Amino acid sequence: MSAAASPLVVDGVGKRFGETVALDGVSFELRPAELFGLVGPDGGGKTTLFRILTTLLVPDTGRATVLGLDVVRDLWAIRTRVGYMPGRFSLYPDLSVAENLSFFASVFGTSVEEGYATIAPIYGQIEPFRDRRAGALSGGMKQKLALSCALVHRPDILFLDEPTTGVDAVSRREFWDLLDTLRATGLPIVVATPYMDEAGRCDRVALMQQGRVLAIDAPAAIGARFPRPLLAVRVRDRYGALQALRALPHAASVFPFGEELHYSDTRTAPAPAALAAEVRDYLRGRGFADAEVAPTQPGIEDAFMALMGAPPGAAA
Amino acid sequence: MSAAIEAHELTRRFGRFTAVDAISFDVQPGEVFGFLGANGAGKTTAIKMLIGLLAPTSGTARVAGFDVVTQADEVRRRIGYMSQRFSLYEDLTVRENVTLYGGIYGLSDADIRTRGDALLAGLRLGHAADTRVAALPLGWKQKLAFSVALLHRPAIVFLDEPTGGVDPITRRQFWEMIYAAAAGGTTVFVTTHYLDEAEYCDRVSIMVDGRIAALGTPEALKRESGAATLDELFVRLARPAAAAQG
Repeated sequence: MSAAASPLVVDGVGKRFGETVALDGVSFELRPAELFGLVGPDGGGKTTLFRILTTLLVPDTGRATVLGLDVVRDLWAIRTRVGYMPGRFSLYPDLSVAENLSFFASVFGTSVEEGYATIAPIYGQIEPFRDRRAGALSGGMKQKLALSCALVHRPDILFLDEPTTGVDAVSRREFWDLLDTLRATGLPIVVATPYMDEAGRCDRVALMQQGRVLAIDAPAAIGARFPRPLLAVRVRDRYGALQALRALPHAASVFPFGEELHYSDTRTAPAPAALAAEVRDYLRGRGFADAEVAPTQPGIEDAFMALMGAPPGAAA
Repeated sequence: MSAAIEAHELTRRFGRFTAVDAISFDVQPGEVFGFLGANGAGKTTAIKMLIGLLAPTSGTARVAGFDVVTQADEVRRRIGYMSQRFSLYEDLTVRENVTLYGGIYGLSDADIRTRGDALLAGLRLGHAADTRVAALPLGWKQKLAFSVALLHRPAIVFLDEPTGGVDPITRRQFWEMIYAAAAGGTTVFVTTHYLDEAEYCDRVSIMVDGRIAALGTPEALKRESGAATLDELFVRLARPAAAAQG
């Protein structure tokens, strides 16, 4: 595809810091108006990638274009057109809400008035607190202010580095609702998160681990990559049952999953229902009289854990 | 046997703002107790009072049988603490951190050596004893920090968001370490933003606006509220408070 059509092209980007490989040949292309997730734990390379895409770091290998502009050659042109919300709280705590916003607008040679239509869906929610010091805002309000500051110059693409880390479940949901609103305006968005449950709110996600992309796909399709039949086990003594299941000769993986255990088996021959009956009988025979076992659909977190163990390149 | 933690009408005000509003609860020895709540609900203030870092405005709390105000030194000797933000000294090696914390808690040199060796062997970190903590992956840091918080064999360990940002397999390994500690009789008091982890606790409380809005086993809370998951119950309880805050 032509560079003009894709808002973001990442092609074989690698970056080392001394002995540490932060990014190991990462490639993907954003589709127009896509909400794209970089999903993975700390140390996956997400922040390094954002720094390269916002022209704050130069890649060792590969190349990347943002809005058709090269991240190394065209850095000044890129900087005025991207919105970037870094992972750490990036506001001035001693300035008020309104002062922070004016400051970020002025840095980009614009004004709050010019950018108001863009930020209104978010800023409108915190405007009643416009005179409060940013340092005195609640976590959810700080997030909304930081997002307003990243948007006030009307960027053509938005990068959000772990906007919901350390934020409670309620504020996280509200933040994703805001991203839905922004996506509807056609703004391409790349958002990083360590929370697997948030991946489901993206159009597509790249699962990242230790500088590598494990898989890129729509959220539902990622779950379908789980390589084996998966069983959900409900039992009162989860810790005891976990250890009993790990002792099974054909156990491939056994993990706690909320109120269930997820079990997968190395054999593909038994039908899932037959496998579930076999595992249930085994547990009941071992004294877990209340054990219930049923086939279940693998989710992104199941797939991520299966892919984490796969050798480089085998998963993509 | 007395409770590991007993809070009675525990209250803390900052000026006109009541951060913790007369909360009462017990935690039993060997229990894994999940202390949940939205940002700003008062969790951190409550924990600071329970570990003797902040005096209550009113009410009382006893931890490991000692009053958190009048016997704070006795309390501190019997608790371990780790958080995502502060756990280990990054510029010290793994072994140096173990020695430092062992010394702070008054262990003998011999105890520090034997318990330190056992700690590293249990974590399979023996090869990394001389590695600076800064060079360890986050998951290893958190597992090491948890083990170090248990080095002086505290009756109760407080864990403040111990698994934030950690990969899903390490998160589960961490919880297996929690189960093992609880099986050995250690009381575990843990906060988390991962509601799936709340399901792993023996009992959980959910704080909303300084009060405990729900308290019980995960099964009982879901049964009584009709919520399918703790996540659903949490959002139902905490969302009105969040909306009122802006």
